[in-house]
Amino acid sequence: MAYDYEKSIRPGKLPHIWCPGCGHGIVMKGLIRAMDTCGLEKNNTAIVSGIGCASRLPGYMDFCTLHTAHGRAAAFATGVKMAKPEMNVIVCGGDGDGTAIGGNHFIHACRRNIDMTYVLLNNHIYGMTGGQFSPCTPTGAKASTTPYGNPDPIFDISKLAIGAGATFVARTTAFHATQIDKLIAEGIKHKGMSVIEVVDDCPTTYGRRNKFRSVVDMMKVLKDTAVPVAAASKMTAEQLEGKILTGVLYQEDKPEYCAQYKQVIARAQG
Amino acid sequence: MSAKAEIEIIERYCKGCAICAEFCPTKVLEMDAFVVKVANADACIACNQCELRCPDFAIKVHKL
Repeated sequence: MAYDYEKSIRPGKLPHIWCPGCGHGIVMKGLIRAMDTCGLEKNNTAIVSGIGCASRLPGYMDFCTLHTAHGRAAAFATGVKMAKPEMNVIVCGGDGDGTAIGGNHFIHACRRNIDMTYVLLNNHIYGMTGGQFSPCTPTGAKASTTPYGNPDPIFDISKLAIGAGATFVARTTAFHATQIDKLIAEGIKHKGMSVIEVVDDCPTTYGRRNKFRSVVDMMKVLKDTAVPVAAASKMTAEQLEGKILTGVLYQEDKPEYCAQYKQVIARAQG
Repeated sequence: MSAKAEIEIIERYCKGCAICAEFCPTKVLEMDAFVVKVANADACIACNQCELRCPDFAIKVHKL
């Protein structure tokens, strides 16, 4: 029997609205498989998102879901987790939502090391709002607001998460479909803030402006630029130029925020 | 060579992105205008790559 994804999707929601070839669907499948692996149930799992293409994801999922204001997914998710620490909290969002408009909430959720899993779909652009450049748009790339090329350097989301204090940070791409669910499952099992960055493709607002002839070309670039962490350790800086490291980038055990807060409550109550 | 799996395509979901056809290692799938079709069913090795990479939930691989 083929894998039954539809048991986790709200009835009548397919086909979804994402463009042909958009990797978000691949990531959603990975998330469903990861949630199955970890045995998450519909009533004890909350999927939270902000605004954007990637933030449409919880709308399809037949779990407790929360679709919030632009960039505020991490803040709302913190609220859910604080009010109900027994819930499994998963946040989904794009690079614009997570690192620009919601950058502040993102870094502070990382700093607190609150037990949630942040799946950040990095498609290098604000897709839904018309292709404006985001902090992850590569330098020199064209977007609707940078028609002559983007002068800004990019945010390395994984390094940002590590620097801000997240205790599980991993990266993969939409091409590496089997790795997506493995890393998300590890992130869900990890006690503390897990950030899984999935480098994705946006054929409509990014690919067309940047001379990718097709979705397949974008997927081939993801395939060719990804280097597993273990292999990268044997490569020179020159060979790693323009590559993206995939796999578990950082992991450590640190006190989790809800547990710490419980102690504060106990102290306050004497 | 006999097929190791039967591929079911839900045409209503397929948006014709061609990712499945391009990355199929044995070229089982082919694009027919904007919808994918099974062109060479016998060559299927049941690797499941097409199902994993279909962003539109349009492919189901039933292992035989």
